[in-house]
Amino acid sequence: MSEPLLDYDEALAAFDPVLGLEVHVELNTASKMFCGCANFFGSAPNTQTCPVCLGLPGSLPVVNAKAIESAIRIGLALGCDIAEWCRFARKNYFYPDMTKDFQTSQYDEPIAFDGRVELEVDGETYTIEIERAHMEEDAGKLLHLGGSTGRIGDAEYSLLDYNRAGTPLVEIVTRPIRGTGAKAPAVARAYVSWLRDLMLALGVSDVRMEQGSLRCDANVSLMPKGTSELGLRTETKNVNSLRSVERALTYEIRRQAAVLAAGGKVHQETRHWHEEGWTTPGRSKETAEDYRYFPEPDLVPVAPSREWVAELRATLPELPGLRRARLQADWGLGDREFADVVNAGALDLLEATVAAGCPAPAARKWWLTELARRANAAGVELAELAITPAQVAELQALVAGGTVNDLIARQVIDGVLAGEGSPAAVVAARGLAVVSDETALAEAVARAIAADPAAAAKIRDGKVAAIGALIGAVMREMRGQADAGRVRELVLEQLA
Amino acid sequence: MALTAADVGRLAELARVHLTPVELEHLAPQLDVILDAVASVSEVAGADVPPTSHALPLTNVFRPDVVTPSLPVADVLAGAPATEDDRFRVPRILGEES
Amino acid sequence: MNLLRMTAAGLGEAMAAGVVSAREVTQAHLDQIEAVDSRVAAFLCRDGERALATAAAIDERRAAGEHLGPLAGVPLAMKDIFTYRGLPTTAGSRILEGWHPPYDSTTTTRLLDAGLVILGKTNLDEFAMGSSTENSGYQVTHNPWDLTRIPGGSGGGSAAALAAFEAPLAVGTDTGGSIRQPASVTGTVGVKPTYGGTSRYGVVAMASSLDTPGPCARTVLDAALLHEVIGGWDPRDSTSINAPVPPVVAAARRADVAGLRIGVVREFGGEGYAPGVERRFTEALAVLEGLGAEIVEVSCPHFDYALGAYYLIMPSEVSSNLARFDAMRYGLRVGDDGTRSTEEVMSLTRGTGFGAEVKRRIIIGTYALSSGYYDAYYGSAQKVRTLIKRDFDAAFEAVDVLVSPSTPTAAFRIGERADDPLAMYKADLCTIPSNMAGNCAISVPCGLADGLPVGLQVMAPPLADDRLYLVGAALENALAGRWGGLLLDTLAESPGGAWLGVAGEDGR
Repeated sequence: MSEPLLDYDEALAAFDPVLGLEVHVELNTASKMFCGCANFFGSAPNTQTCPVCLGLPGSLPVVNAKAIESAIRIGLALGCDIAEWCRFARKNYFYPDMTKDFQTSQYDEPIAFDGRVELEVDGETYTIEIERAHMEEDAGKLLHLGGSTGRIGDAEYSLLDYNRAGTPLVEIVTRPIRGTGAKAPAVARAYVSWLRDLMLALGVSDVRMEQGSLRCDANVSLMPKGTSELGLRTETKNVNSLRSVERALTYEIRRQAAVLAAGGKVHQETRHWHEEGWTTPGRSKETAEDYRYFPEPDLVPVAPSREWVAELRATLPELPGLRRARLQADWGLGDREFADVVNAGALDLLEATVAAGCPAPAARKWWLTELARRANAAGVELAELAITPAQVAELQALVAGGTVNDLIARQVIDGVLAGEGSPAAVVAARGLAVVSDETALAEAVARAIAADPAAAAKIRDGKVAAIGALIGAVMREMRGQADAGRVRELVLEQLA
Repeated sequence: MALTAADVGRLAELARVHLTPVELEHLAPQLDVILDAVASVSEVAGADVPPTSHALPLTNVFRPDVVTPSLPVADVLAGAPATEDDRFRVPRILGEES
Repeated sequence: MNLLRMTAAGLGEAMAAGVVSAREVTQAHLDQIEAVDSRVAAFLCRDGERALATAAAIDERRAAGEHLGPLAGVPLAMKDIFTYRGLPTTAGSRILEGWHPPYDSTTTTRLLDAGLVILGKTNLDEFAMGSSTENSGYQVTHNPWDLTRIPGGSGGGSAAALAAFEAPLAVGTDTGGSIRQPASVTGTVGVKPTYGGTSRYGVVAMASSLDTPGPCARTVLDAALLHEVIGGWDPRDSTSINAPVPPVVAAARRADVAGLRIGVVREFGGEGYAPGVERRFTEALAVLEGLGAEIVEVSCPHFDYALGAYYLIMPSEVSSNLARFDAMRYGLRVGDDGTRSTEEVMSLTRGTGFGAEVKRRIIIGTYALSSGYYDAYYGSAQKVRTLIKRDFDAAFEAVDVLVSPSTPTAAFRIGERADDPLAMYKADLCTIPSNMAGNCAISVPCGLADGLPVGLQVMAPPLADDRLYLVGAALENALAGRWGGLLLDTLAESPGGAWLGVAGEDGR
């Protein structure tokens, strides 16, 4: 299913990627953008609709004040100017998920514009310019049935649930992002991750990519090195996780590079990301859509007073950059170590683990080594592993207290991930506790010494290095459930 | 500014209104007459004149973020041409999702 | 007493005094509809059973000692563009045939709360587009003054119902003259309130920035009483004005124009205006002058561009407002045979369900908004709107109200302009500027020309709706003095109106 790809390094040797990211944030207001229907995810179909969001003849929209407030706060947090006067506009096109066959959005008068975001990726700072943040409403949800893929391409018919129609959205659009070179996919991921953190800090959205409350359309084009002419770009949709942002862009860069290297042209098109690891083109349109934008006549202009904007500015919480600086200092981590945490998507997890009583270095160790290894193997995000920060803290406490050692801890993790319960429960159920019974331990040591007289002799002679074999034998007999340090002491005692 | 039947056909496509060949032929000259009549509008509208989209200068009309009752599902689906599993059923869609 | 000839105010008082019951009043009007609507065809549907039940409930409440409003128990005809649960709302289109809305318009709620009895839904040009009601997808309505002639449009059904004495009150919507022009050609009173003065929630939208629901009646006072019921701020309509309803009833009762400055708009006259219309208009001016008003001529030069700008702005908004009729959620669905795509079904449905005038305006509107043309068409038209507003503002510095004929001609024959859209559009020449600027206007009968009614239009600044009723009532009273009653009384008592069966004190 994958198209020809150029090796990533080869691609980056010949081309400079230029990124564009459009992120939609679903606001967590209680009610919808233009009506009082409840705004939450997961209800029975068409139970959260009314004449307004259904677009019934005669219905009229009324703007949700909280949505405006959230949009302004997002704009301020992005360093944007807030419009003194702006309007909603109709974006006219026909599609069954849009009840009015136009979307009430903003066109040439966004509520926020000209912002910037600074990101650190692998020790380097990148500046992302924000062109605009504007308000719009979401469409309903389509189900495609009758085909084999559940996708629109081979469906026989479709079903519509309009619960989501009219949900408030803020769309954040970047200016073209240049100068990221090979880091482009990582920078894109870092940006989306930063936006997530920002929305959480502002409290305006639960930004769950897997539920669609944060959506990213990733645009990329390739500029041949040495030129300054922008190439044709593709827009990739269905990018539903931070990991996918990075993978999708990496794929597109490689795919476009292969096309260009072979002397072909990149089609300016919308593509669909498949989690298996490739993008496919959407249906190409003969002509670009003409949206016939005009100011929404059913709504009046939004003119936030400067006083109100100042009031909202004062409500801004500690922004992600500041939060990160504080956490890094609190945890005593170096820049490199902290960057690893952020890039692994483990910041919130670490914070929660530390809050549960685990020392920061240990928390970092667990999440970034043992647990990260398992997440990669399973192809999931760290946060999706079936172990909680509290459980990690509990595990660390068991290790620190000597109940289990590092090695056994891995088996404990196995048990927790397998759903056998908390770390303490797994230790008990599987009998993993380190043997602390001195008698049993001494007997095992005696047996190991008796079984390996040569090693014993060497040790008596002062060649302490040979002790490893004896310790190893004891550990094997104890199935690892012994404190290696104590075993060593006992061996030396018995051979003294 | 003569509108041909082809022009009208493109506009009808954009507006999702099926027109028969007879309608297309009939409509183009009618629209031309109307468009000629309205063309004078652009002459009198100088660059320095601001547009008016609302008769009265209202601004900042909002409602509080409060949940109000939704329609019962039966009412929502009552007039639907086709439904399945409490959802609206529509024929296969050609266009890609927005 | 002839219940059908009484005013709404009179009926309200009679019911309050216990002289007649609401049930009797409603039954009398239902009987009249039964008797004459086969010829007039004003109604698309009737709601007899529920109307009688509503009336009976009013009688019970009154009997229990409850004090009810002045219009409680008065029957009303509703333009089929307002949603009202329990009845279909078609907007005169086949694409909405049989659609039962799950909610009431704010206007409907206010009418019901005031105790009015809704008799049924009246005919209109499809989606309020037209000046003759010939564009209705269902039937042609006939002018009771001459059944071979149009009753005006788009609200011809409501106006005809009033003129045929099928109801003493009606509600309509006015986007470019759809209340005032039918009022003019049927000898009734029609008002376009200040834009935003009445709620558009639950009104099937045509041109959002122009649509204005308004009262229709046979007398100025009746219209004022109805205006007070339906007017006022609606939080469900973002464009509605948060201000009290102007004192329209008080103004209608005062009816005194002494010292008032009245401006005659020079641009509304001359070529295209029927001589009979201009004569009646000029005579009416003399009457007003005789009552103490000062008449001056004013010029509103940009009014000449109003028609052109209107026929760009209105179709543009129409093309967007009517997009929702796509066969997906309600209404007509054509061509869904299991092989066609959604796109095809949408297109076939709209091609079949919309009439010719609607399709014309959708295409024009799509064109005017399309990329490359916005600035020249829609953009320019919005600027002309500003120029029209400025003309009005300047005029209202010099005068208190403006006047003109309501429409250039009396009722034309059915079929006469059906093939000439541009000729049809010219019926709205005098009414359109008020919609463009958002101010208020009224049409009151001012005489007959060749036996057909002529209307005089009064225009006032936004939120000065009371001035309309002041002038309208003054003129009505003065002319009633000359005619011995309302213009419609002439029809009721004439041989040509015998079929209406409302002659004399006791009616039929």
